[in-house]
Amino acid sequence: MAREMPPSGIREFFDLVQGREDVISLGVGEPDFATPWKICDAVVEGLRQGQTSYTSNYGSLELREEIARDAAERYGLNYSPHDQILLTNGVSEALDLVMRAVLEPGDEVLVPEPCYVSYKPTVVMAGATPVVVETRMADSFKLRADALEAALTPRTRMLVLNYPNNPTGAIMTAAELAPVARLAEEHNLLVVSDEIYAHLTYTGRHACFPALPGMLERTIWLNGFSKAYAMTGWRLGYACGPAELIEAMMRIHSYTALCAPVVAQVGAQEALAHGDEEMQAMVAQYDQRRRVLVQGFHDLGVPCFEPGGAFYTFPSIAHTGMTSAEFSRALLFEENVAAVPGTAFGACGEGYLRCTYATHLDLIKEALERMGRLLARRGVASA
Amino acid sequence: MKKLLEILQAEGPVSTEELAVRLGKTPEEIEATLASLREQGVLLRYAALVNWEATAEHEKLYAFINVTATPEHGRGFDKVAEYLSRFDEVHSLYLMSGVADLCVVVEGRDFRDISRFVAEKLAPTPGVTSTATSFVLKTYKMEGVSLFGETKNGRLAVSP
Repeated sequence: MAREMPPSGIREFFDLVQGREDVISLGVGEPDFATPWKICDAVVEGLRQGQTSYTSNYGSLELREEIARDAAERYGLNYSPHDQILLTNGVSEALDLVMRAVLEPGDEVLVPEPCYVSYKPTVVMAGATPVVVETRMADSFKLRADALEAALTPRTRMLVLNYPNNPTGAIMTAAELAPVARLAEEHNLLVVSDEIYAHLTYTGRHACFPALPGMLERTIWLNGFSKAYAMTGWRLGYACGPAELIEAMMRIHSYTALCAPVVAQVGAQEALAHGDEEMQAMVAQYDQRRRVLVQGFHDLGVPCFEPGGAFYTFPSIAHTGMTSAEFSRALLFEENVAAVPGTAFGACGEGYLRCTYATHLDLIKEALERMGRLLARRGVASA
Repeated sequence: MKKLLEILQAEGPVSTEELAVRLGKTPEEIEATLASLREQGVLLRYAALVNWEATAEHEKLYAFINVTATPEHGRGFDKVAEYLSRFDEVHSLYLMSGVADLCVVVEGRDFRDISRFVAEKLAPTPGVTSTATSFVLKTYKMEGVSLFGETKNGRLAVSP
């Protein structure tokens, strides 16, 4: 199976970028900030006090209690810290666990695309079949209920949601999610809602899927610390959901990972208890950069819908006559700007680039200038 | 408005057009807010943050001076503060809680320069009853900027 698993499109592009100097990278899927010092300091103190042992398979109870409190305060979610919360090695592990715990060969999983690179492989590795539901720029990359309905079969078991979305930056409001929830109910689907970018919502409030009426019981809610608290390398995420499912995931986790790293758990505890101000300051920075990057694309005549969350833009370069891969390569080789071809996130990402704004404002401005030079050299008129 | 002030405090002057884009306002709205902030005395001026210790001649030296003074009926320490604030040597001046009444930050070329100001101007000021001078020997952080350098984030150029 591993032999058949293709490398992610991001990995291929990474190999091109490696070794080049003075590249401005808009290809990064993580914050440019270091983890707030307060969080690192709490870990240093934890190490001094000997917090170096295994925790419960579920993760430390104190942290689970903190997560339960946070989820209740922010979204009104009611999860028991005892058996409904599982700490994992990033959301990535939680995804793998839920697929393996739930799916049977022959099951189908609805995966809206463009999407994060792990969804389809984790479904395949669990022996099930991913079924792509395409989203479009004309719909601001929101998932349409009619498209979802058309992809349903008697074998459909699960739906994967990811709003705010990587790679498009799309968000969905509670009203927009309601028809999706209705379909999930009618067809008895389990919904895996990856809301790792929840805090990075710039227009309105984040709509939390399990907080919708009737959805708590049929949702595995995935979240973590990587994006909001700039803790990507710490590898800590969590899954919340019905106790029997979380317990099943915990059993697999107990044999393959035992528990999430205690050091990361100590840091996460501090992040949840005292990290809000630092997190909000980073969100305010992303929001400003988001506006500058989107306005910059508009000024270059590059169509780009306004993303409401995460830290990505997904501009369309179809009018240049180049494919995503061709454009990315030209941008890299001619102007030293790295942006990931949209096709890394699914076939319907053709004609788009993923450009992150988790990069210093000065670099964003410089990257826009360089992209402008490339477009001018190629004689590309505004779309 | 808080976001606008935070940008200006961190970055200095930024064009109205850029501020408008970053904050999702029109340039006219930004202009109006800036004008009102200047008028209210909130936005005083734009200035660079200078680390004088890094200059070759180390041309400026600072001292924090705790001053006790006799308050006046109905005016508190305002009169003595107003008088002291007129000296160019006084870099900043605060009314304090705690043991001292005023904290005077004095700027000078060297120790002698500052000592002379304290002995000849500050201490004899009517109303001032005592001074305690602490010279700055080394600066580690100023206005939110650590002089140890920023923490580097060693992230890769491309990641999921």
